Amino acid sequence: MTTTIYEQLGGDAAVDAAVDIFYRKVLSDPRISRFFDATDMDAQRAKQKAFLAMAFGGPNRYTGRDLRSAHAALVKNGLDDSHFDAVAGHLQATLDELKVPAALSQQVMAIAASTRGDVLGR
Amino acid sequence: MSGRAAAAAPPVRLRLGGGSYDCRPDESVLQALRRQGVEVPHACEKGVCFTCLLRCTGGSPGGKAQAGLRDSLRLQGFFLACQCLPESDLEIAPAAADDLFVAAEVASLRDFSREVRQLRLRPLARFEYRPGQFINLRGPGGLVRSYSLASLPESDPALELHVRRHDNGAVSGWIFDRLQPGQRVEIQGPSGACFYVPGDPTQPLLLVGTGTGLSPLLGIAREALSRGHRGPIRLYHGSRTRWGLYLDGPLRALAASHPNFDYVPCASRDAAAGLRRRRADDAAFADLPSLSGWRVFLCGNPPMVAAARKRAYLAGARLQDIYGDPFELRDLRRRPRA
Repeated sequence: MTTTIYEQLGGDAAVDAAVDIFYRKVLSDPRISRFFDATDMDAQRAKQKAFLAMAFGGPNRYTGRDLRSAHAALVKNGLDDSHFDAVAGHLQATLDELKVPAALSQQVMAIAASTRGDVLGR
Repeated sequence: MSGRAAAAAPPVRLRLGGGSYDCRPDESVLQALRRQGVEVPHACEKGVCFTCLLRCTGGSPGGKAQAGLRDSLRLQGFFLACQCLPESDLEIAPAAADDLFVAAEVASLRDFSREVRQLRLRPLARFEYRPGQFINLRGPGGLVRSYSLASLPESDPALELHVRRHDNGAVSGWIFDRLQPGQRVEIQGPSGACFYVPGDPTQPLLLVGTGTGLSPLLGIAREALSRGHRGPIRLYHGSRTRWGLYLDGPLRALAASHPNFDYVPCASRDAAAGLRRRRADDAAFADLPSLSGWRVFLCGNPPMVAAARKRAYLAGARLQDIYGDPFELRDLRRRPRA
């Protein structure tokens, strides 16, 4: 019997456990916090949660086109590889903090890495 | 038993605004209403955006339809139409507050300070609210202002409002200069999700307010104490000078009589003894570096509320445990100069 990476990670509960750790890291990072509008934190947290669900191999709500259009305005405002790397670093740190086994964590990071072109509009 | 039986079960009925609609098995309330020509605002249809929020006034919308909603919204029956597959008949109301004003009578007027007046209004019809929610008061010329409720329904038949006098404030000037006991006014509401939610009487509560943002916090503290809340309740009230701390005496007395209630008066530009010489939010976050597990209420100056919300979250509070109703900036607008 095969289980998906999403199930191995713990599904929705794992995303819930990760989202606050991840979003707090992102919000406190002065290099990138300006890209995360904190006026509607509930909506921002929901977006971070949807992103994590995707990176965790869960039910996919995002298409490459969604990612592209969602980030287009940020790219205009200077979003580049350094910011993408910073967010990826926070994702890795979140997985480490949750003691996600390396084999799974690498798969999550690979899914996240696969979005770079769409996020940065290339 | 979970899930709905197929063919044999009677169809579920939805009642909304005088109409009655059927809801097929495996069809959401949103889909059912739209299929039958009822327009419901909606967007994501995934339970994320909350655009399709409706209010259930009879029947049960089910847990999934209320997942992720704040406790205060859940208690009022709000649910997400796109996530609701009802098991039985539902009575539904639109989520938007209806536009009905009701009559109330001025019960008393009392000045807390030169700038802040207590206004007590006795509604002339049944009026249910939770301390900390706000009402809209119709002033002269149809101008409407929002005021938060400091009173506790069980111990005061009137609604207690704290009104700050604004320079050239049309409504606050009317309240200070014109309003008389016994006078009829019109109010609408209540609204707002900033109130005490029973459920965990041991959860620590942090209340931070500036100016008349104290009003809802006083209501929340009163309700928590009257319901036997046992966890710590810390109230920080901030103003520039001691003169803005308009309930200093009563709050010190309340703290003296309740061991789990602390009152921390803060005056950012006043060196008076017994006051913290910093902003209320700064003092609170300095005292409480970890807010993990806390419920946080933030009221008053909108930029303070927005910044403190972020700080509370970063200090470990869950977003759904952070409440804030920044009070209306409209009051601050000046009349155009002649």
